[in-house]
Amino acid sequence: MTGRARVFGDDINTDYIITSRRKRESLDPQVLRHYLFEEINPCFAASIAPGDLIVAGRNFGCGSAMEVAVTAVVGAGIRAVVARSFARTYYRNAVNNGLLPVVCDSSGIREGDPLTVLRAPSLAVHNERSGEILAADSLPAIMWAIIDAGGLVPYFQKHGDFVDARETKE
Amino acid sequence: MPGQTISEKILSAKSGRHARAGDVVVCRVDGALGTDGSTPMALDYFEAMGGSGVHDPGRVAFALDHYAPAPSRHTAQLHQRMRTFAARHGILVWEVGEGIGHQLMVESGRAMPGGLVVGADSHSVTYGAVNCFATGIGSSDLAAILMCGKIWLKVPPSIRVTLSGALPRGVFAKDIALALAAELGADGAAYQAIEFAGPAAARLPFDDRLVLSNLAVEMGAKNGIFPGLIEADADARYAREVFIALHELVPRVALPHQVDRVVEIGRALGTPVQMVYLGTCTGGRASDFHQARDILKAGGGVARGVQLVVTPASRAVLETLARDGTLADFIALGAVIGAPGCGSCCGTCGAIPGDGVNVISTANRNFQGRMGNSAASIYLASPVTCAAAAVRGAIADPREIAP
Repeated sequence: MTGRARVFGDDINTDYIITSRRKRESLDPQVLRHYLFEEINPCFAASIAPGDLIVAGRNFGCGSAMEVAVTAVVGAGIRAVVARSFARTYYRNAVNNGLLPVVCDSSGIREGDPLTVLRAPSLAVHNERSGEILAADSLPAIMWAIIDAGGLVPYFQKHGDFVDARETKE
Repeated sequence: MPGQTISEKILSAKSGRHARAGDVVVCRVDGALGTDGSTPMALDYFEAMGGSGVHDPGRVAFALDHYAPAPSRHTAQLHQRMRTFAARHGILVWEVGEGIGHQLMVESGRAMPGGLVVGADSHSVTYGAVNCFATGIGSSDLAAILMCGKIWLKVPPSIRVTLSGALPRGVFAKDIALALAAELGADGAAYQAIEFAGPAAARLPFDDRLVLSNLAVEMGAKNGIFPGLIEADADARYAREVFIALHELVPRVALPHQVDRVVEIGRALGTPVQMVYLGTCTGGRASDFHQARDILKAGGGVARGVQLVVTPASRAVLETLARDGTLADFIALGAVIGAPGCGSCCGTCGAIPGDGVNVISTANRNFQGRMGNSAASIYLASPVTCAAAAVRGAIADPREIAP
């Protein structure tokens, strides 16, 4: 997965990703994508290009557990978020919607850097500008199974239940 | 083999495996809450998953609390959709005006000691006060629970927070929680559980436990659990130990726009406020309103230019306030009384502050735009500190307005 870094800071809460007030009128990701990050950068939504990757500091997605903060990002064509750390509800909502959460030291990544997310031999982010390879936290088998399926919906369409994570190991 | 924390013990029991911090387990849930903020999306996921029957509808409850009463046609239709689905599948609905789902999960006993109880809302951590593993989940997780009654969870390492001593006059549970938020930071407990311990935790009144568990998520915690039916082993391993001496605490305020921007009251004195909000799943119980009322009466009422908004956490709380005269006191004090529910907390319904307005609130979050207007500033404090600000029209030390 390759894309351009779109950089945010620490403690980006779900209301900054998409405000509750927008959610009041629509849950459609194709509507909500136009209001992504409007509280902190009103021009951001219009500037998203396909394949962009969100890069953030600590505690990305803190605050409310509202899942539109993930689906609006997925709806904008973003397939991974790279952050120093995530709020846990954002992390699990990301997995459940097929959005790859990558936990690594993101502090050296600058706006616009071309990034490649590498899966083998272990999860890492290659910054093509700096040449750095940032080692990322690994994901347990069940999370890969859900992400690879494309989220919980296709996962349940296929399995109808949780299958033992140990059996889904590659 | 070392002993287990409370969280490890409960997740072991619910997964049928010997669960250790770091393991990922699939667990059967004992209870689940969906709100009008999260359930409509969960129903979309459920339908997309091919769901037809609900696995165990008796374990699920829906609360119509975020849009209570519905402020728009669209949100009214969300309620209609939830009512229709619930009626078809035999799921309990807490109607508009019955209160905040979290409060109702506790009042109804659906959150039980030793249980695994989840909710599609971040403040589901509140039920940790009753000794259950309680955590916030997403709409897709709720859909999976409707499908199969189960959830995947990563077993969290635990931070043990040991409370000692007794609270001095004018200092309350909210002040303990804000002290902890300042100590840990907004992500200091990320991916981890907070386990409360110590003699003062054992003595803490139940309402105070609810406040501490509720605010655990503001430090990023997966849960905030008190000992009870399930206790930790003496040799359980903790990722970190924090000690809080209650007798050393003073009233505190979280400044805009982050919950961990906490200062002692002395450093916020005199900040003018135009709106005071008493309510939410943090500070909307009868004891909170009693404490606030006492300060308001002792201080001679609400200052000119201050809007006081009162929103009980549940109908049971409202009934208590009506029975014991507190409601009449608040009406006489000029308060606006809102329907039990989430009210103004996250700007989904209720009173919205104007541009440039400073609000002091008993809520749990003060993010920019949280109450529906990004041009307002929100301060967080205990009910008595909020009441003191209402009396003076500015942030004030409640200990100087002793009832």
